[in-house]
Amino acid sequence: MITKPVPRSSAPPARRFFSRLAAGLLAAFCLLAVPLYGLAVDDPSEMLSDPRAEARAEAIGAQLRCLVCQNESIEDSSAGLARDLRRVVREHVAQGESNQQIMQWMVSRYGNFIRLKPALSLGTIMLWSMPALALLLGCGAAFFFYRRHAATPPPPPLSDDEKARLARLTGKDDRT
Amino acid sequence: MNSSGSITRRRLLMALPLVGAGAVGAAFWKMLSGMQHGSFNPHDINAPVLNRPVPDFSLPGLAPSEGFGTQDLTSLKEPVLLNFFASWCIPCVAEMPTLMAFKDQLTMWGVAYKDKPDNAAAFLRHSGNPFARLGNDQQGRTGMDWGLSGVPETFLIGPGGVIRWHTAAPLTEDILRGSILPLAAKLKTP
Repeated sequence: MITKPVPRSSAPPARRFFSRLAAGLLAAFCLLAVPLYGLAVDDPSEMLSDPRAEARAEAIGAQLRCLVCQNESIEDSSAGLARDLRRVVREHVAQGESNQQIMQWMVSRYGNFIRLKPALSLGTIMLWSMPALALLLGCGAAFFFYRRHAATPPPPPLSDDEKARLARLTGKDDRT
Repeated sequence: MNSSGSITRRRLLMALPLVGAGAVGAAFWKMLSGMQHGSFNPHDINAPVLNRPVPDFSLPGLAPSEGFGTQDLTSLKEPVLLNFFASWCIPCVAEMPTLMAFKDQLTMWGVAYKDKPDNAAAFLRHSGNPFARLGNDQQGRTGMDWGLSGVPETFLIGPGGVIRWHTAAPLTEDILRGSILPLAAKLKTP
């Protein structure tokens, strides 16, 4: 934090106070912005002794929704169920199961809702492709409309009778 | 004649996206309006237990009942209401009088979920015990196999051990009279 030195005589006390306050607030904000990687593993004995296996378990747990506090992963939540699920994930990792097998174990019990990142399915494909599809349909409709408009032939020239009638209607008939 | 036919066909083709968008809009409207009366709930866990056979499990008993497991449920000839409860769970305490009121009309089995056996037994002594059989899931591991996200949670097990109905909410008289008893009666008659 670098502040311009202000000549003492030119800065009134109130302004000095506010510039200090602003500097303090900025410093506090910078401290708040430091990312705090606090995982809810509240008991170190939960963790696996092998750091690589523990990292894998944490990565899997971060993908699983805590069903009690629904916007938190089981790694972030302190709910009892989250703690139990963390333990299950670590047991399965220790048994050497693949990430996919562990996910499958969870989904077969709790349904797709337990995935924080929804799986690719017909429904999600439709959801994601909807904007592109809508744009495509719109462009198609516009193209058809434009082509039909351009393809309309010009009207045939007026016959003598029609010319006379037009002149009558527009009041440019010489005979009146 | 020919040209007018092609124009109507083109008009129909152009109306197609419009009709499609309208149909999609109506479908979304119907889905979202379900949030008002509870038929659509994006927070619902929707554990995929319905119409599945009961999971593999075996529970120790809670005195005075002996425990039960998968075998006991698959060999059933009549529907059984399986209720997970705990003495520490206020909605379970609130729901117990309802279960007591219906215990003669429907067989009920209970599982004490993550509860100390003494506390669970004391709770049932105090509130009355509607359960014909009692299991003790002290670690909550069997609860996981049932897709339990909390207590109370209730399953209706049909003959042969198939899960026919499920709720993760406390039971009320309306639910028992309106949903569970009619379904149980239907399951009883083959």
